[in-house]
Amino acid sequence: MLTSHAKTLPAKPSRTTLAVLAESSLFRLLVVTLALLVLMGSLNGSRFLSYRNFASMCFQFPELGVFSLAIMVSLITGGIDLSIISIANLAGLAAGLVLAHSSANSTRILPAILLALVVSILCGLLNGWLIGYLRITPILATLGTMQLLMGIAFALTKGHAVAGYPDAFQTLGNGTLFHVPVPLVLFLLCALALQILLSRTTLGIRLCMMGTNPTAAVFAGLHVPRLQVKTYVLSALLAGIAGLIVIARTNSAKADYGTSYLLQAVLVAILAGVDPRGGFGTVWGILLAVLSLQFLSSGLNLLQFHEFAGPYINNFTKEFTWGALLLLVMALHRRIGRRR
Amino acid sequence: MRRLLQRQEFWLALLLLVLGTGIGLANPAFWSLANLFDLCQSSTVMGLFALGVLVVLISGGIDVSFAAIGAFSMYVTSKVLLTLDLGDSATTAFLLAGAVGLSLGLFNGLFIALFRLPTLIVTLGSASLFRGFLLAFVGTTIVNNLPEGMIRFSKLTLWERALPDGTAVGLPFSFLLFVVAALLVGFVLRRTMLGRGIYAMGGNLVAAARAGFRIRRQQLFIYGLVGVLSGVAGLAHACMMRNANPFDLVGLELNVIAAVVLGGASITGGRGTVLGTVLGVLLIVTINNSLILLDIPSYWQKVVTGLVILASTGITAHTSGQRLRGVGLC
Repeated sequence: MLTSHAKTLPAKPSRTTLAVLAESSLFRLLVVTLALLVLMGSLNGSRFLSYRNFASMCFQFPELGVFSLAIMVSLITGGIDLSIISIANLAGLAAGLVLAHSSANSTRILPAILLALVVSILCGLLNGWLIGYLRITPILATLGTMQLLMGIAFALTKGHAVAGYPDAFQTLGNGTLFHVPVPLVLFLLCALALQILLSRTTLGIRLCMMGTNPTAAVFAGLHVPRLQVKTYVLSALLAGIAGLIVIARTNSAKADYGTSYLLQAVLVAILAGVDPRGGFGTVWGILLAVLSLQFLSSGLNLLQFHEFAGPYINNFTKEFTWGALLLLVMALHRRIGRRR
Repeated sequence: MRRLLQRQEFWLALLLLVLGTGIGLANPAFWSLANLFDLCQSSTVMGLFALGVLVVLISGGIDVSFAAIGAFSMYVTSKVLLTLDLGDSATTAFLLAGAVGLSLGLFNGLFIALFRLPTLIVTLGSASLFRGFLLAFVGTTIVNNLPEGMIRFSKLTLWERALPDGTAVGLPFSFLLFVVAALLVGFVLRRTMLGRGIYAMGGNLVAAARAGFRIRRQQLFIYGLVGVLSGVAGLAHACMMRNANPFDLVGLELNVIAAVVLGGASITGGRGTVLGTVLGVLLIVTINNSLILLDIPSYWQKVVTGLVILASTGITAHTSGQRLRGVGLC
């Protein structure tokens, strides 16, 4: 990627290696992740460190991981895509409508997946057109499409869930491939593809340039509106994949599933060191950040069985902790970042 | 005349009139006194929130935690009044809710001013922090036995009229809160140095700082003001519903921001008026209320709000782009 750890390493010789490492956001994140692992492990003991807990975590975090990749794409370019959850639900619903009530019939699986991806690309084109060509600010444009797309999904289903898919399709969310959960495989594939796209292709470099300095990008001859369309199509496509994983795992599609994922995805991206003003972000950061959030979340879940903390732990404690963590990490990044 | 045509407020008022006439023709119940008072009542809470959002947007920031602040202040105030013996006057309740809101708003302001963090992400985080704290540690049950004073306040009317069928309809007293707040915010924005500073920092932060405006102090004021207004809005909501439900209000954020943007405030800062915001709120409330009068199923409501946001911001972006191109900036 454009800046950060790799280039700061050969810094002034007077500073210790540790001080240099502490300046790398990726290293700080690694410490946070390990600290959470140790903390939750020591609080919950064998319940947390068991094979079963890790296996169940591996099914849970890929969804959030793909959403975080999606929001990172838009953050890198200096925008934000608030509509990812709505896109995922609409795409999932499109696939769900094709698949529903065909438990034995697996010939529809491929068309359903393709339809979901096409729907998400169309949503991305809409976002990109609004932002790139109509010049609406990303926050407002995606705020609008978030409502609009969720509304369309509501109107299509009248708020009901569309459920009951072929078993073969459900493997996307529940199956394993050589003992590795399929959703995890999908997440890692998305992460790898995005990493290659961002670091090895001209498109990736251009997206980062646009995020670092949009004015300079224009003068460098980049076609900003076209790049913005590509950005939001990419983020919508990732959202669509997440949507497929969601409906395969839960065996149902709903217009308003997982709305809390939006905040969590932003949280993961910020934890990962993605600069919300654009220009910087790494896939490795996302991997670590989503893991640390999962440790926190599973750990808090298990704390419900703790004799003292138990009564105070519920879903709202998690919401509280996420918010606190987001603020804390941002403040920390900023303090350490400014010293440089 | 040309000046009038260029103002967003003019078009909004026109749109509101056209919409009113259209809905009135389809369903005459729209122009009934009962429905008009209902619209005023519905716009009170949203309007109080919107005034806070207006000030933040003018300053170039954004706040998505105001609904969480409203819910927090309303619930904590009701709980405190029921457990402590502070008297049961509505004034105490509003002062307390305002104070709780102020402290939460200042929390946002401190983070934004001290660490210079992006406002969207700070308030996204604090919204989840406030809501999580409220529901995890304060309580999740609805308070149904509100203090006497709040109930009495909710029955107060500014103006009442008996209908031919014997029932009476009245303009609720809380509407006055909205009017007073609108006048106050308008005064601060237009007539004080602080208000001009808020416009200046939204137009160009660096230039405003060079011109001698104290940016951090202004940010504390702005987010504190949002807190106070949200606290009052939350309590007004509780009085209106005659209960305090900690799950209420959150989810209203987008509608409020849409109303303010519809009213001509620019999300990149520096532009926006109280009159536009009031009209924007009335428009959104009218649309939402009238979908029911027009027999449109409620699940279309989101589609309509989404389209309204996109259309209004699209038009604003388009016209302001033209103006900029006109001066050779774009």
